[in-house]
Amino acid sequence: MGIAQQTIYEQAVLFIAAVVVFTSFLMLAQKRLFPLIALFASQGFLLAVTTALVAYDRDYPHLYASALITLFIKAMVIPWLLRRWIIQLDVHREVESLLYPTYVMMAASALVLFSYYIVLPIERLSTLASRNALAVSFAVVLLGMLLMIARRQAVTHVIGFMSIENGLFFAAVTATGGMPMVVELGVAFDVLVAAVLFGVFFFHIRSSIDSLDVDELNRLHEVDTR
Amino acid sequence: MAWLLVFVETALFIALAPLFAGWVKWVKCWLQNRRPPSLLQPYRDLAKLFRKRPVIADQASWVFEAAPYIVFATAVFSAGIVPFVAAHMPTAKIADLIVLVGFFALGRFFLTLAGMDLGTAFGGMGSSREMMIASLAEPAMLMAIFTLAMSASTTNVSQAIDWVQQSGLVLRPSFAFALAGLIMVAVAETGRIPIDNPATHLELTMVHEAMVLEYSGKYLALMEWASQIKLMLYGVLIANIFFPWGIAHDFSPDTLGRGFVAIAAKLALLGAVLPTGETLFAKMRVFRYQEFLGFAYLLSLLGMLSHVILEVN
Amino acid sequence: MMFLSYVGLVAALLSGAISLVMITPERSKRLLIGLAERLTFQSAAEGLARQKDDRFHRSVEYAAFGLLGLSGIAVLASGLGALLSEQVVTDQLPFGLPWLAWHLRLDALSGLFLAVIGVAVIAVSLYGPGYVRKFRRSGHSFPVLGFCTGWFVAGMELVVLADDAFLFMIAWELMSVASYFLVAFHHEHAANRRASFLYLLMAVVGAIHLILAFGVVAAFAPNFTFEALRGTPLSPFWATIAFSLALVGFGMKAGLVPLHAWLPAAHPVAPSHISALMSGVMLKVAVYGFIRFVFDLLGDVHWGWGMSTLALGTGSAALGALYALQQNNLKRLLAYSSIENIGIIFMALGLSMIFSGNGHGDLGVIGFIAALYHVVNHAVFKSLLFLGTGTVLQQAHEDNLEHLGGLVKRLPRTSVIFLVGCVAISGLPPMNGFVSEWLTFQTALQVSAIDSGVVRSMIPVAAALLAFTGAVAAAAFVKVYGVGFLGQPRSRHAAHAREALHPGMLLGPAFLAMLCVVLGVFPTWVIEALDNVSEQLMAVKLPGASAHGWLWLTPVSRSVASYSGPLVFLAFALAGWVIYRLLLTSPDAVRARRGPRWDCGFGGLSPRMQYTSTAFSQPLRRVFHPVFELSERVDAEPRGHKLLTPAALDYQLEVSDRSWRHAYQPLAGWIEAAARQVGRIQTGNIRTYIAYSFFTLLLLLGVVS
Repeated sequence: MGIAQQTIYEQAVLFIAAVVVFTSFLMLAQKRLFPLIALFASQGFLLAVTTALVAYDRDYPHLYASALITLFIKAMVIPWLLRRWIIQLDVHREVESLLYPTYVMMAASALVLFSYYIVLPIERLSTLASRNALAVSFAVVLLGMLLMIARRQAVTHVIGFMSIENGLFFAAVTATGGMPMVVELGVAFDVLVAAVLFGVFFFHIRSSIDSLDVDELNRLHEVDTR
Repeated sequence: MAWLLVFVETALFIALAPLFAGWVKWVKCWLQNRRPPSLLQPYRDLAKLFRKRPVIADQASWVFEAAPYIVFATAVFSAGIVPFVAAHMPTAKIADLIVLVGFFALGRFFLTLAGMDLGTAFGGMGSSREMMIASLAEPAMLMAIFTLAMSASTTNVSQAIDWVQQSGLVLRPSFAFALAGLIMVAVAETGRIPIDNPATHLELTMVHEAMVLEYSGKYLALMEWASQIKLMLYGVLIANIFFPWGIAHDFSPDTLGRGFVAIAAKLALLGAVLPTGETLFAKMRVFRYQEFLGFAYLLSLLGMLSHVILEVN
Repeated sequence: MMFLSYVGLVAALLSGAISLVMITPERSKRLLIGLAERLTFQSAAEGLARQKDDRFHRSVEYAAFGLLGLSGIAVLASGLGALLSEQVVTDQLPFGLPWLAWHLRLDALSGLFLAVIGVAVIAVSLYGPGYVRKFRRSGHSFPVLGFCTGWFVAGMELVVLADDAFLFMIAWELMSVASYFLVAFHHEHAANRRASFLYLLMAVVGAIHLILAFGVVAAFAPNFTFEALRGTPLSPFWATIAFSLALVGFGMKAGLVPLHAWLPAAHPVAPSHISALMSGVMLKVAVYGFIRFVFDLLGDVHWGWGMSTLALGTGSAALGALYALQQNNLKRLLAYSSIENIGIIFMALGLSMIFSGNGHGDLGVIGFIAALYHVVNHAVFKSLLFLGTGTVLQQAHEDNLEHLGGLVKRLPRTSVIFLVGCVAISGLPPMNGFVSEWLTFQTALQVSAIDSGVVRSMIPVAAALLAFTGAVAAAAFVKVYGVGFLGQPRSRHAAHAREALHPGMLLGPAFLAMLCVVLGVFPTWVIEALDNVSEQLMAVKLPGASAHGWLWLTPVSRSVASYSGPLVFLAFALAGWVIYRLLLTSPDAVRARRGPRWDCGFGGLSPRMQYTSTAFSQPLRRVFHPVFELSERVDAEPRGHKLLTPAALDYQLEVSDRSWRHAYQPLAGWIEAAARQVGRIQTGNIRTYIAYSFFTLLLLLGVVS
């Protein structure tokens, strides 16, 4: 059914889905690190709000706990950790120059359309009214990967990775009404552990190659193409 | 009787445009902690200009003298057909969004020709920059119109207003994105910060002002008034299409009065949002316009994609 | 009606023949005098004898162009008759092959394109006598010009009338070859010879594709007549092959990117009235061929074809507009603008195919009508602009915008007519260009009817690109008018230009300008006529075009969109007039005072200080620089040892077509490499040649046994 026939909560979920993919686009275009982290935090916040809305609308009380966990870990802890590391690594003043921003944006729009095309047969299987958001969540996953490809800063890579996970979580919430609690907790703590490990790696990379530009790691190729 | 109402509404629109410009200036000064001029100052300025004897350069051709009339006529024509207080005027059937865009383009065509007429470097500079801004803004504007038209199945303004009101309060992401995109395009097309500074005196930072630099007297009054009408036109379009509640659907004095109050309130709000944006952002340099307008296009595109992906089955 | 078409054909051929008289003017004059004496027209003979050579030349020119004009009027009348009467007339001529006579057919589609040809030919024949006068002095050959013009027009008329594949190709080749000689008219310069060679090469390659396309369809048909080809059922595979070949063949002639390289090379080189015919009419004949082949002969349109046509059309439109903006040569700019408009036509056709292919024939017809409307519009305003350029070239001796300026005062009447053309081509209301663009947008807006969400997302992107194209085209024509006509003269020639003296040079373009206004203000009448074409071809009529009377244009329905040409024009004119009267009677209606321009107090503004054509297009050039092949060079001549204040600056900018370096040159390289490989057969050794014959003999003996 069209959007006009859905309840206000379902409309709100679809609206937030659109804003989430918008934040993914903004992350692709953002050159500075602090606003990038703020965008990531806002994505986590929107995820938490969506989870709470689905919990209220569909009456799944365990999703409230899920929303709280998401809010705590993705919107508060991980951004805080990243900010601390960035300041300690002294890279917060760097402004990354984007390679081919126009082409990246065009590719991002094409990816949204592509994920819509891919997800069409799957959408027909879901019974939730907000299943239209499945295409959008898939798009967030693909855009997270595009973020990892298109950018050179290591911190941006981490954020791209995290936003992939955001997309998958969003898909779970909107298409099937959340995951089993055990899986939820497991994934959430895995992400937290990954974030801590990334932090450790930042310092290692920085001390060995004296920069956080992953293109500098090109020395790993074997064949000498001189 | 309805045709008399059309003339009254058009005259009211044109008469209130300087007041709207004055309100925008008032809020801007207030935000910047300056003492604002009176709300009626634009009227005094226009009256002064109409009284003065115009000076035209020796090298001017008939295009220079005709352009202000053509530009003002396009503004008056657009003001006549856009639903201002009532949604179903007799002229509402010509009020097609693409026709409106076309008439803005006609006014812009002659304005840029006038800039080039005297063979000054400033005029040429203003004209070339104006055409660049127009080229970059048109796709964004059209994509936003498309997003609207795909939902409402019409490009006629009054039909779109009817449709939005009939659907009730629906939270549409496509409309939100289209609104954001349209606001950005409106800022570009009316020449406000961050695209163009209407109050600048430095010729090298001018776009619109550079094209009207050589005008004086009644010609300058017509050009200024036309740009004020254009600003109000964009405000009325955005207010009435996206938030049409309150607009009059018949011609009884009761509903007309309520419609007038509604549009005045919406314009007052928009007229406060615009200078807030102008104060928060600085004017961009010319070759950052493509980022701004590209972002507007992206917003409109996301609106269209949201419509296709999220809003229809 | 068919008789009128024959009159038109014969008149065009005669016009060519008469021009041949000028090969030996004296002998012909004597022949004519002798003939007149023999027929006892004594007074005419004496009059002819008395005429000076110059006046005789002029009489022949008038005769040639007069016949051409007669041809134009005849085909216009027959075309309009066929269009409005909804009848289909077929005929056979006893030429051609023994088993396949020439078949001709005059239906609504042919009628429309005949009318288009007629209108342009009338305008050119009014304009021609004044324009070709200058060729007399410069020693160029009028016989060639006149002969080839006549046969070129005859070829185009014959293509539109053809009803079997043979006659179609013969007329097509006649059209191409005649125009080749016209393009090569100024063959003194090597660049012109290269341009004409490229033109001929691409015309031939395109014709080969067309022959193959006809061949594919004819393989499944009993004979080559269109009647037979129309009825043959084709498998989707072969239909797609035929479509692709036709798209390449007709697209090459029409100027679709990336098959467009000949257009910007050939148009600046030909004489202006020929460029008007080529750009205004010949490109439309290519569009006619495409419509005839795809919509009529192939019949069932697959929506995938529509997507590729839409993509190619959108690309041509956007790239054509961007390249047009960067040109300084006026004719080259108009050539790229033609590419842009052909792109718009193919966009509308593509949209029509997408809708029809998805089962929405009633929506597809809107796109079809939009494409036909734009065909008519473009023929009118492009011819107008080329004729105006010819006047500028003749009177100001310049076709480079960097050397023009201030012509609005030197050529007042031409500049008004030219302004009408510029407003029309920029797609501004209330002129005709706006109506066809509005219809194209309305077609694209019906996208909600399509099921596939992916297609539904891509069509708005194409529409946004169409809006972009319109804005860039408007910028290009602001540049043309602003730099070329307004401002101060940038060269001595421009400063001394005078208005065209010959009335025909004003009448021809003025006729077209008036048509621009009429086509823009009365769209419903035009669409009623165009409806007949779609009804004959696709058996669908526009649902409610004039459902609300002649005043309102409602392509889909009134609640969706409506446009009223007359009302819009009247309201706008009324607004302007009221303001003007009000201000005339206002207290200070005294005449304005004259004064100098604002020069920041420094004084001494010279024409060199105004914006140049290159400068005007710089912002968009910089924003879209990946699209162009730019090479910029700045040379500064240092003043002694001071580095920051050079004595002289030299700036060179070259904007070239990317497709040339990335598509054409590699392709030419491969062909040459392949040819070199094949050339190895020619060893020059007599023994190997005998061996070739020997082995062929063995092969044939083996096959026979």
